[in-house]
Amino acid sequence: MLEIRIHGRGGQGAVIASKVLAGAFFREGKWVQAFPAFGVERRGAPVTAFVRVDEEPILVRCQIYEPDQLLVLDPTLIEAVDVTQGLKPGGLVLINSERPPEAFSLGDYRIATVDAGAIALKHGLGTREQPIVNTAILGAYARASGLVSLDAVLEEIAESVPLGAEANRAAAREAYERVRLPAPAPAAKNA
Amino acid sequence: MSAIVVPKLEEAELLTGAQAVAHAMRQIEPDVVPVYPITPQTPIIEEFSQMVADGLCDSEIINVESEHSAMSAAVGASVAGARVMTATASQGLALMIEILYIAASMRCPIVIPIGNRALSGPINIHCDHSDAYLARDSGAVQIFAENAQEAYDYTLMAVRLAEHRKVLLPVLVNLDGFTLTHSAEVVQLLPDELVKEFVGYYRPLHPLLNVQRPTTQGPFDMPDFYYEHKRQQADATLEALGVFLEVQREYEGATGRGYRGYFEVYGLEDARFALVALGSTAGTAKAVVDELRDRGQKVGLLKPWLFRPFPHEALREALKEVEAVAVLDRALSFGSWGPLYEEVASALYPSDNRPRLHNFTYGLGGRDVTPEQIERALTLIQDPKLPRTMHYLGVRA
Repeated sequence: MLEIRIHGRGGQGAVIASKVLAGAFFREGKWVQAFPAFGVERRGAPVTAFVRVDEEPILVRCQIYEPDQLLVLDPTLIEAVDVTQGLKPGGLVLINSERPPEAFSLGDYRIATVDAGAIALKHGLGTREQPIVNTAILGAYARASGLVSLDAVLEEIAESVPLGAEANRAAAREAYERVRLPAPAPAAKNA
Repeated sequence: MSAIVVPKLEEAELLTGAQAVAHAMRQIEPDVVPVYPITPQTPIIEEFSQMVADGLCDSEIINVESEHSAMSAAVGASVAGARVMTATASQGLALMIEILYIAASMRCPIVIPIGNRALSGPINIHCDHSDAYLARDSGAVQIFAENAQEAYDYTLMAVRLAEHRKVLLPVLVNLDGFTLTHSAEVVQLLPDELVKEFVGYYRPLHPLLNVQRPTTQGPFDMPDFYYEHKRQQADATLEALGVFLEVQREYEGATGRGYRGYFEVYGLEDARFALVALGSTAGTAKAVVDELRDRGQKVGLLKPWLFRPFPHEALREALKEVEAVAVLDRALSFGSWGPLYEEVASALYPSDNRPRLHNFTYGLGGRDVTPEQIERALTLIQDPKLPRTMHYLGVRA
């Protein structure tokens, strides 16, 4: 089973991101589960969402405490919360940041970065104060993880993002191209 | 091993439990849906209202000012002769309770999905079963779903169960708040026509609006008849035991989905130690059973689908060979054991070979239910000297 934890702030679309990502894996024949860490959501407050992916039906229903991979929608969360808590050694950490992966010393992980905020703004998603980065980061995830295709992510965005699907798809596509990968990349973890 | 009904991936969709239940409501297309929103039931009604607004379903939604009014309107519409559904959670169900008793006594077959949530106070919006347990003695039939697929399937079956001439009672379909209502998972819906054929056309027994056969509904009942009416209600509730199995068989015939019996058993056949748990916790419990069995422990799970009426005899038969049982209750009955524990204890009392029985409280107010907690319960009950006091899982000392 592949377990992914998504860290964002209220309003960034972390919960939608979990559903779109699960939907992309589902399109590729995987069993999936997507759910938020249910809180009383406030704009700007730290938000967590979870995705499970497996080759067989998923039974377990608790939160994810030892994820294989992390998506971090806001780099300031790295100072605010212990985002890598429980992350398995060698796990992928994909961060929305204009800085290169080497700028983050989080431990024994595969760090990738993408300037999802700038890409989102370029495609008119959100505002300068609060760009909507969730679809861009998923495009970057397709490339950085190698576990789900960009096509599946784009198809899922087209289906499940009600407004501005085309701009969101364009942002995902651009992020796929621009994501900065760790070098050298060890073998991807199995799904 | 996994769930009883496993969707075919290529024919399935990714839906939340709330969306799955909303689709069931769309396909059932009840005549009247009086409803008031409350977390975590809200997405059920948001989705369903959208479907009605989009013309996918011809139900009359009545936006009322409270759940007390929702249930009152539901009773009125049901008595008039309509097929009625509503949905609620927690405080909403608490506010409905007064009228829920009346709905049951007036034999109104109203189907009510419940997004289970803790009762206040302290105020909390997250999952436990205190709302369902509050409705325990209302006379409503109660079903618990483990996942979104079961919530969908049992919402459809609940219509046939509620409307069966031997039953004619409200049916609550419990799905865990957030854990099921707000989680997206793989669900396979049925074709609309198949559902419409399965639930059929509703023919009310004594519709108030039939002026050719005038009836009086809900009158004052004096000591000379009240008792007889309650006795009839008690018998009707027990009839739901047989009808539940009948509806399951018909559902399997129509859909191929084989829900069989009052509960699902998982690894119980040769188990020495067993868990009894309601709702979504059973999913996590299955994963624990799989893991412990891989390590050579003979453990199993019994997951009741039907909580009211409670299938005492079948449960006694299913647990007769085990050495010890951990009954997991996701709500307290202050000053006594948990409600599920009391049912299991009362089921096992006539048994010649009673297993040791222990009660575990867990998951109150949305406390995350982890495999470690469930494993702990299964480990503790293996000790014959474990004290017979309430055990609390996942709580700070």
